[in-house]
Amino acid sequence: MAVVGHACLILGLACCIYGIVASVVGARSGREALVRSGRRSLYALFALAVIAFVITEFAFVTSDFHFTVVATHSSTTTPWYYRLAAMWSSQQGSLMLWLTLLAGWSSLCVVMLRGRLRDVAPYAVAVLLGFGAFFTAVMLFSALPFETVPIAPVEGVGLNPLLRHPSMMIHPIMLYSGYTLFTIPFAFAVGALIVRRVDAEWLRATRVYALAAWLALGTGIILGARWSYVELGWGGYWAWDPVENAALLPWLTGTAFLHSVKIQERRGMMKIWNASLVLATGTLAILGTFLVRSGVLDSIHAFVEEGNTVAWFFTTLIVVMIASSVYLVITRRDNALKSASRLDSLLSRESAFLANNLVLVAITFVVLWGTFFPLISEALTGTKEAVGPPWFDQYTVPLVLILVLLSGVGPVIAWRRTSWSRLWRSMRLPAIVALLVAIGCAVFRPGNGDVTPQIMFVVGAFAIAVSLQELWRGTRARQAMTDEGPLRAFRLLLARNRARYGGFIVHIGVAVLFIGIAASSSFQSVSDVRLSSGEQATIGGYTFNYVKPTAKLETAAGRLERITLGAQVRVTKDGKFISNLYPNRGYYPAIGSTLGAVSTYFAGESTSEIGLKAGATKDLWVAETPDISSLMPVVRRGDAVFAKATAQGLKPAARAIFLGAALNGLTTRYRSNPPAAQFRIIVSPMVFWIWLGAIIVFIGGLIAAWPSVGAVRGLVRARQAARVAEDLGRA
Amino acid sequence: MDPARKRRIRMIVALSCAVMLVGALAYTSFSAASTAVQPSQLLASTNPGETYQLTGKVVDGSVVRTRDEIRFRVRDRNDKKSVAVRYVGAVPDPFREGREVIIDVRAAGAGAPANSFVGEKDTLITKCPSKFRETTPVAPASSAKKS
Repeated sequence: MAVVGHACLILGLACCIYGIVASVVGARSGREALVRSGRRSLYALFALAVIAFVITEFAFVTSDFHFTVVATHSSTTTPWYYRLAAMWSSQQGSLMLWLTLLAGWSSLCVVMLRGRLRDVAPYAVAVLLGFGAFFTAVMLFSALPFETVPIAPVEGVGLNPLLRHPSMMIHPIMLYSGYTLFTIPFAFAVGALIVRRVDAEWLRATRVYALAAWLALGTGIILGARWSYVELGWGGYWAWDPVENAALLPWLTGTAFLHSVKIQERRGMMKIWNASLVLATGTLAILGTFLVRSGVLDSIHAFVEEGNTVAWFFTTLIVVMIASSVYLVITRRDNALKSASRLDSLLSRESAFLANNLVLVAITFVVLWGTFFPLISEALTGTKEAVGPPWFDQYTVPLVLILVLLSGVGPVIAWRRTSWSRLWRSMRLPAIVALLVAIGCAVFRPGNGDVTPQIMFVVGAFAIAVSLQELWRGTRARQAMTDEGPLRAFRLLLARNRARYGGFIVHIGVAVLFIGIAASSSFQSVSDVRLSSGEQATIGGYTFNYVKPTAKLETAAGRLERITLGAQVRVTKDGKFISNLYPNRGYYPAIGSTLGAVSTYFAGESTSEIGLKAGATKDLWVAETPDISSLMPVVRRGDAVFAKATAQGLKPAARAIFLGAALNGLTTRYRSNPPAAQFRIIVSPMVFWIWLGAIIVFIGGLIAAWPSVGAVRGLVRARQAARVAEDLGRA
Repeated sequence: MDPARKRRIRMIVALSCAVMLVGALAYTSFSAASTAVQPSQLLASTNPGETYQLTGKVVDGSVVRTRDEIRFRVRDRNDKKSVAVRYVGAVPDPFREGREVIIDVRAAGAGAPANSFVGEKDTLITKCPSKFRETTPVAPASSAKKS
């Protein structure tokens, strides 16, 4: 099987090289057959990537440890669904996932656009195949997914327990879908610049892919934040880590692009800006993969192995992408990229969108600077220095406040120009809502008067009110013109102008999300306390009582998976019962350990499962670190007993039974004689709003990205026209 | 006003803002940054009161948890030179001996043992590896081949 997989990669590389040559030569010579052949190379690449992907996944699911990548990332005790996900926990598997998603999304795009953008598409296909060639080459020459050993180990290392979370099955796929989908607008932008046809058509044709990329990447980022919040035992959801920032960068420029593209479609303006944005977004998507996979910056996500050489491949690709992007934009700036019109007034939607773009690009630049500062400072001063979250916050917080405000102002200003009186009429009601919120903040002084979150509450309320007002007005207008009920009118309003009204829903979600971030990060109470059974601590007005310890053995596939030590924590407020929380810590055995029979079970990885009572206004969050030092003398005695018994010929079956009994005894001992445990307790307001905001953004994004009936009709008409043109050409 | 002149003014204002942003970023990042160091660099020289971003591996057998704090030693990635760290705050799940960590530290000051440092609260982060390779697969095969 490994031979077949490896052959698929070789054939895939050959397909890419052939497809690039065929597409470019076909486009330059006008030979349609070659262009078609180039396109089919992309489909062939997808088929080959799927075969290679399935072979690798099959090896993971069946625990075929002949594959080095399987032996070092999976095990028979890893549940089957995590074995599937274990593939992309490896360097090789993640590159394979990248290639498969790239080829899949690219093929879908090329199929959907068949017959349209006939001059641009061959070059776009060549660029997409170029990315395909890059990733197949990396897997053939650097990170080898089909490396095998003649004698398979009897057991693999297993998937890191920290990665055993449902998010592992979807978070990387969403991130990589975002990255790969962003390469599609990049490829079409390059094609459009090469043929000097930078009108709005290529933007309209590829906007849905940019929107899908934005949606997928945003979903991946939020899933990562949620994962961090519930799994890593520190209670945060964002740490400005380079790998987090890597995903945020293309998302920010992608957001800017999705707004500015409207200006080009409407007014034929900002062509240089849009081309630059889309090229930058594609490059940042590759840069994101590079940061995750190269280890060039110190990150908490150490996905990199010793002797890793992919960094050189990625550096070369990024340099080529930047150089060719700059060349194309500079050489086309005076003709193809010349704007068809100018900005009429600063009081116009164009200006608001431009301001939104400037803020988003400024945030991108701040994040890029902070992320790469260790390399910048080392290059300039010879000393590697790093900036922390406060540095990022001091710039991004005010910029985000402006951004949320603009998300309220922009949509209600008319195109070209408007007057102050018309603007006031559109914003009167939202302004009153914002004023009421401001008065509420002044009276109730949430968080002891910390001003920044209160400003966010005010601008967030304003943005939400504007969007709700527009949705309400649209629905009322439909009702006035038809005899539809409010729900039907609302549904049809969304269906008729998905981009506009889906956008309003996205704005509501973004405002809700940032209100949640502002409240939870500013007003939270955090405490690290050490409690014995029966003791309690009061944090944020809530009393947390360590009622009793919990301990159990958990099995998977008939084998011990982990030992779980935890606590029952009773939460009350003013004497009133709120909830029982059960934080715990799972101890996984060290695979292949040379330690004693019992020690092995405490020498592997350990992960926290938090106790969480989530609510609309407050989250009560508890993580526990049990003190296992009191168990260790017993554990060591157990090691000695088993070592002696094994030397005396204890049979494996009997050993397993006795070991199970010994570990059971340990858990009983922990329950009956619990040592004090360390607790991290967080009372955090409005964290729920972050996840709620993200869900609203997702729904709004889906509505905006979903093809409208008109768009489908247009696609069918375009295909028909292309067929007629082809037939006429043949005649 | 002449439209061309207006555009020029807008361009100058926009470029000025961009230059100011870059200047502010450069200034604040250099003044707020912690020097990223490995233990051997800390052993060579430290300035009292200055905060450093220490990166290295937790020394085997060095972790001691007490009631209020955790103590451990951090060594260079590829060397045995190490420094002692005393830390109070959140300890990430992946933290353990042999694991790579990043922590903001400053010199412990007078009265403390030599080459000992105090970690800033809640700055300890542990690398979250996609796999853990302290151990190798059971019964590794003798040779590898590329298929």
